[in-house]
Amino acid sequence: MAEPMKMRATVSGDVADVKVLMNHPMETGLRKDAKTGQLIPAHFINEVTATLNGKPVLAAQWGGGISKNPYLGFKVKGAKAGDKVVVSWKDNKGESNTAEATIS
Amino acid sequence: MNALRRNVLKSAGMASVVAMAATAGLLKSGSAFAAWNATAFDAKSVPDALKGMGAATPVESKNISIKAPDIAENGAVVPVEVTSSIAGTTGIAIFAEKNATPLIASFTMSNGAEGYVSTRIKMGQTAMVRAVVTAGGKTYTAAKEVKVTIGGCGG
Repeated sequence: MAEPMKMRATVSGDVADVKVLMNHPMETGLRKDAKTGQLIPAHFINEVTATLNGKPVLAAQWGGGISKNPYLGFKVKGAKAGDKVVVSWKDNKGESNTAEATIS
Repeated sequence: MNALRRNVLKSAGMASVVAMAATAGLLKSGSAFAAWNATAFDAKSVPDALKGMGAATPVESKNISIKAPDIAENGAVVPVEVTSSIAGTTGIAIFAEKNATPLIASFTMSNGAEGYVSTRIKMGQTAMVRAVVTAGGKTYTAAKEVKVTIGGCGG
């Protein structure tokens, strides 16, 4: 169901730069099916969390206004190469996915 | 033709409200994360959304920079980068002022995360992209206009 996420974490100085690409349709619930004219039900990621070595660094709440196959970039100070970053998301249908990357 | 289109739009709007209400109900049960702020995300205007977040009157600030294209050809994918140089930034929220539901995302930083987020958003039409930053219990704001040639909300 949930396809794997792409994730990359690099460090410059002591600031980690984390980039994540998620696979998700991000349906707002406002869009109509072109063929049937029926509304496509809302299906979007609404919660994203990130941890660095197990400590929470970023918690996000999203609406349907984030583009399809969302991209997220964030920076964390006090990180070093070898640290582990974990990003998880959860959508409005209760599906979820997690990816982890080691900072290089 | 045109009248039909109006009708369809109207009914689409109403159906979505019901759908969103259903979603909100679903979310309340069994969410391991902090509760999703349905009030703020379903709000139809920026002031209402801000109220829903508990940040009613943010102060304009020059220490927030929004990087977004001046003209976005495709409203479905508008890259937006928000950097806050305000010390102690703990939250960034992104709004597209003329979207049906303006609040797009709200981020909370902790444990050394910097006041920076980069993402891609949908925009229904030309509008101001507004960032609202929370730092030390106060809220600050900045905005940048993005012209949209093809809207990215609805189909």
